[in-house]
Amino acid sequence: MRTVGLRSKDLLGIEPLTPDEITLILDTAEGFKEVSERPVKKVPTLRGQLVINLFMEASTRTRVSFEIAEKRLSADTLSFSASGSAVEKGETLIDTAENLMAMHPDMIVIRHKYPGAPKMLADRLPASIINAGDGAHEHPTQALLDAFTIRERLGRLKGVNVSIIGDITHSRVVRSNIHLLTKMEANVTVAAPPTLIPAEIEKMGVRVVHSLNEALEEADVIMMLRIQLERQGRLSFPSLREYHNTFGLTPERLSRAREGALVMHPGPMNRGVEIASDVADGPRSVILEQVTNGVAVRMAVLYLLAGGNLADS
Amino acid sequence: MPTVDVLSGMRLLIRGGRVVDPSQGLDDRKDVLIEEGLVTKVASSIKPPSGIETLDAAGMVVSPGFIDLHTHLREPGQEHKETIRSGTLAAVAGGFTAVCAMANTVPPNDERAVTEMIIAESQRNGACRVYPIGAVSRGLRGEELAEMADLSTGGCVAFSDDGKPVINAQLMRRALEYAGMLGRPVVAHEQDLNLTEGAAMHEGYYSTLLGLRGMPAAAEEMMVARDVVIAELTGGHLHIAHLSTRGAVEAVRRAKQKGLRVTCEVAPHHFALTDEAVQSFSTNLKMNPPLRSEEHRAALLEALADGTIDAIATDHAPHHFDEKNVEFDLAPFGITGLETAFAVSYDRLVHSKIVGISRLIELLSVAPARIFSLPGGTLAGGSPGDVTIFDPDGETSVEHFVSKASNSPFTGSTFRGRIIATVVGGAIRYDGRTTGGNRASEDVPSNSAHKRRSKS
Repeated sequence: MRTVGLRSKDLLGIEPLTPDEITLILDTAEGFKEVSERPVKKVPTLRGQLVINLFMEASTRTRVSFEIAEKRLSADTLSFSASGSAVEKGETLIDTAENLMAMHPDMIVIRHKYPGAPKMLADRLPASIINAGDGAHEHPTQALLDAFTIRERLGRLKGVNVSIIGDITHSRVVRSNIHLLTKMEANVTVAAPPTLIPAEIEKMGVRVVHSLNEALEEADVIMMLRIQLERQGRLSFPSLREYHNTFGLTPERLSRAREGALVMHPGPMNRGVEIASDVADGPRSVILEQVTNGVAVRMAVLYLLAGGNLADS
Repeated sequence: MPTVDVLSGMRLLIRGGRVVDPSQGLDDRKDVLIEEGLVTKVASSIKPPSGIETLDAAGMVVSPGFIDLHTHLREPGQEHKETIRSGTLAAVAGGFTAVCAMANTVPPNDERAVTEMIIAESQRNGACRVYPIGAVSRGLRGEELAEMADLSTGGCVAFSDDGKPVINAQLMRRALEYAGMLGRPVVAHEQDLNLTEGAAMHEGYYSTLLGLRGMPAAAEEMMVARDVVIAELTGGHLHIAHLSTRGAVEAVRRAKQKGLRVTCEVAPHHFALTDEAVQSFSTNLKMNPPLRSEEHRAALLEALADGTIDAIATDHAPHHFDEKNVEFDLAPFGITGLETAFAVSYDRLVHSKIVGISRLIELLSVAPARIFSLPGGTLAGGSPGDVTIFDPDGETSVEHFVSKASNSPFTGSTFRGRIIATVVGGAIRYDGRTTGGNRASEDVPSNSAHKRRSKS
């Protein structure tokens, strides 16, 4: 029988989800994508529900995307960041969260620099907790919007060859994507210098290569990751120049990939480092579609965690 | 060396137990007579001297008292985590009759006045014997040697900057040479700090899965390898604290084959748990060295059985609830261990048939006494009347703690084996016979709190 709801009150990561749950979220998002294309982009689904966006780490895209998704579902929303809050006075995360909980939010969306922070909240609070990125651990809605984009463009996830290129060690996006894509039976390759590949990642069911050309061969989807500029000089690679020369995606290199290969990037991009502007803005790029789809996917997640099901959406 | 006896003149007859004392190759049903705080006789059916207190140990194992080579008592300076009184009460509740107190207090035990304060407080308020470990370097800064001879005279039994590695190889060389003159070991916390910067757990599949920075096994192994080489250069006694990896085991095995003065200890959590458990993000699974992967755990079990590992030590590291009730990356390293070490070890080693009871007692009592040249570790006539009595058929359910701290990964678990009584100098300092609960605090005479205040 088809899954009609999510089992957990929280979305802490892709790892705990079943393939059916992933399909449910993606199918539900299809319906919500249409809402964003109407002249009046709003449905009353979450009317009367309070969603708090607790962003303890900088974010533009994800935060705005969640806020828009919440507003299009008619939820009351409130966004909150570490700077200018009691966190700067030394309040602990748990105290902050318990104080917010005392005001009865139905859901809390949390972005935090440390892995496991959303789970800390989920274990202690009755509200639904949505992980909007925790350190290098998971960023589930990013992986869902990536999968939505791939499925919409290529018509399937099963058997699709996805190559993820960049700073694999420090990326939560890559971990969530590996969980999702392997559960959906896509083939995942990760590519980077060995200094940016974490220990034993092949046990997550991926192929590891250290050559961009090798990663591009056979790829249906090329997912570029941001090189975290602040890591330069931390012994992971000699220079941005050398990184660009060895792993940067240029039009010339892209020409070796399959004709219909999609180019994706979770943002924010470092143009001229991991990706050349001609590629980022070129015909194979679906980078802005990813952003558009992010709203629909987050609407689906909010809706399903609020107890909605596919039949009613 | 000044006495650290907490009591003298106590008399006790322990009757009918299975006395297992590997120091004398003894495993037989015997009575143990303690007079004037010392073991005076181990024999069958000793006739009770008149008026003596007796302890019925039928069905129980009677062992020389357990000695913990690695305890953080936190006093002076961090009494919100633990005190000498609460830590020693936890020790006797766990079957330990003596603990060796690590030097990383506030201020650190890097001068004799601190050593003497620890000894004085343990004599006033301690429930078991306390042997201070002095710092290797002043302020634990790893720069210049602490006054080791003075510390030794004050009562320090070994030297360690534990909590931190000795990064400077020249300092480690000088420490081993100088401590060698004093006949004392240097206890090494083996960790390369460059390879472990910002890390919160073992580096492997689970650190990758969780996005936490990992400490590779190599960070421990390369320092063990270095210090084994320096031990060979100096002829000093190197004792490796909380050994946790396969490579470290192999380095110690080779050192022993060469006849070097290298000993080592392992903590129960390292052979009972693996990094897989960290998936819960519970900060009570965060310690240093971290929980390793299964291959390392298996190597530790093998080394416990074949004798490469000399001793079991708790690395009891109490922290306040608030300090641990934070994000995993922000929580301090360390877990409590005194109250669970025996049961975890009995369950995972003896009940699981990795080693026999006699070998376990060697690991918890005989070897620790030998490594730090401490009194005890034997029930031979004239030795301290320190005895641990346990029920091999009993169970320990980990629920409440005598320690001030409760940062244990074993809360909620049940283990085979149960401490029945802990006897220090002939006095019963922990009695778990009747309730099955912890009665230690009632049993220990408090000659303490108000007296201490009036003195200060």
